[in-house]
Amino acid sequence: MAYRWTNDLSREDATPERAFLNRRQIMAAAAAAAGLGAIGGPRGARAATGELDPNEWDEITTYNNYYEFGTGKSDPAQYADALTTSPWSVTIDGLVDRPGEYSFDDIMSKMTTEERIYRFRCVEAWSMVIPWNGFELADLLDMVGVKSSAKYVAFETALRPDEMRGVSFPVLDWPYVEGLRLDEAMHPLTIIATGIYGRDIPNQNGAPLRLVVPWKYGFKSIKSIVRISLVEDQPPTSWNKANAREYGFYSNVNPEVDHPRWSQATERPIGGGIFAGRKETLMFNGYGDDVAALYEGMDLNKYY
Amino acid sequence: MSLVDSINRTTRRIPPWTLYIVGVIPAAWYFYLGVVGRLGVDPVKELEHSYGELALQLLIAGLCVTPLRRFTGIALIRFRRQIGLLAFFYVFCHLLVWLFLDVQILGQIWADILKRPYITIGMAGFVCLIPLAVTSNNFSVRKLGRRWRTLHKLTYLAVLLGAIHFVLLAKGFQLEPLLYLGAILVLLGLRIRLPRRAQPA
Repeated sequence: MAYRWTNDLSREDATPERAFLNRRQIMAAAAAAAGLGAIGGPRGARAATGELDPNEWDEITTYNNYYEFGTGKSDPAQYADALTTSPWSVTIDGLVDRPGEYSFDDIMSKMTTEERIYRFRCVEAWSMVIPWNGFELADLLDMVGVKSSAKYVAFETALRPDEMRGVSFPVLDWPYVEGLRLDEAMHPLTIIATGIYGRDIPNQNGAPLRLVVPWKYGFKSIKSIVRISLVEDQPPTSWNKANAREYGFYSNVNPEVDHPRWSQATERPIGGGIFAGRKETLMFNGYGDDVAALYEGMDLNKYY
Repeated sequence: MSLVDSINRTTRRIPPWTLYIVGVIPAAWYFYLGVVGRLGVDPVKELEHSYGELALQLLIAGLCVTPLRRFTGIALIRFRRQIGLLAFFYVFCHLLVWLFLDVQILGQIWADILKRPYITIGMAGFVCLIPLAVTSNNFSVRKLGRRWRTLHKLTYLAVLLGAIHFVLLAKGFQLEPLLYLGAILVLLGLRIRLPRRAQPA
C-alpha cells in the first residue's frame, strides 16, 4: 500500500543538481551585497523564514550517529565504506506466515518505493529534513504475513567486527537492536528507506536498508537491518538497555518530556550556520495529526 | 649538556607573555571557521566542544607543571600562570558559546544550570576558576602571601569538575572522557603526600 501518505514538505528548491539560482543563493547574494557576507552560509534563509526544506546531501551524509563506526559525528562518513552491503539479506522470522531469509534484491523487486520528505529529530536536540526514498514497512510485513498473535516488531543491525571499527569498544551492547509496537510499525508514516535524494542510501546513513519513524527520536530508526522479528512481547532496545532512565521504548519526540540531561523543548536545525539559533520542537515532531491517536490514553511522561 | 638542561635553557629564553598570543589563536581561528561555515554542519556544537576540550587540555597542562619538574627536572613554572589564565579563557569562551550561540533562551539556560547535573557541575567548575583568574597577578600573590597557595588549590577541584562534566555528557559508554578523567586523577594522585615516618629530632 504505497502512497498512503502525502508530503507536506517541499523539495522545490532543494535539488542539488538545480542549475538556476535558488532562493537561498539569492538570499546569500543579497546578504553579500548588503556587506554582510554570506555569514553562516546561505542556509540562514531557512531559519529566518521558518520554512522547512530538505538539508543538503553533504549535511545528511557527513553528520551521522552510527556508533558501530565510531562515536564522532564524522566517523560514519569516514569509516562506513568498509561495510559490505551487497549481497545483503534480511532474516524475517517470528510470528509470520512466511519466515525466511529475504535478499535485498528480492525485497526491492516486490516493494514500491516513493519519496518521503520527513523531519528528522535526534535525541541530542539537533534536527534535519531528509528526502528519503523507501517503501512502507507495512508492505514488507504484509509480504511475509503477520500472525494475529504478533504485537511487536524487533529489528537488528548487522554486527561485523571486521567491517565496523566501533564495535570493538562496548559503547553499547552490540548488535544494535530496536523495536516498535505493531501498530506503529504498520503506520503509513513508517518506512524502510533505501535511498536519499533518489540515490542509493550511503553506508553511513544505514545502507542498504534502514527504518525511518519520523515522529520518534532518530535512534529508533535503526540502520543496516539484518533481522526483523515479529514477537508477542515488547522487545529490548539498545539505548533503553544502556540507560533506561534516559531512553524509553517509545521515545516519541516530545518537547514536554525532557531528556534527564538536557531539554527537549528546542532543537538546533542543522545547516543554519553559527548564528541560526534554535527552534521549538514540535510534539511528535510535527506528525501529531497522523500519530497522536496511537497513544491515546497513555501517560507520555511514563511511556517516554 | 643533558636534554633537560637544553630544554630548560631554551624555554628560559621564551617570554611567558608570548603564550597568551599563541594561546588565543585557536579560539579566534575556530570562531572564524565557524563564521565562514567551515566547522562542519553543526558549527555551534563543534565550537562549543572545541573550546571545552581545549580548556580541559590546558587545565591538564597546568597540572603537569609540578610533576614534570619533580620527575624530569623540566622547569615550566614560569608559564603556569599563562597556562592557567588561558584555560580560564577557554572555559569562558565555551560558556559564551553555550549561552549566546547554543541555548540562547534565558529561561532554559537557568533551568539547565539548576536541573542538569552535568551543567551544574560544569558551571561550578567555572565558578571555582573565577577567583583564581582574578588573583593571577603579582599584586595578589604578594598581598595574599601563603593564602594565595591555599586559594589556588581550588584548581584541583575545578579540573575534576571539568572532567566529570565531560564524562556525564557522553552518550553510552565512551572512552575519551574517561581518559581525560583518568589522566586528571593520576595527576591529582601524584600530589597526595603520603604520611612520612616521624623524623628523628
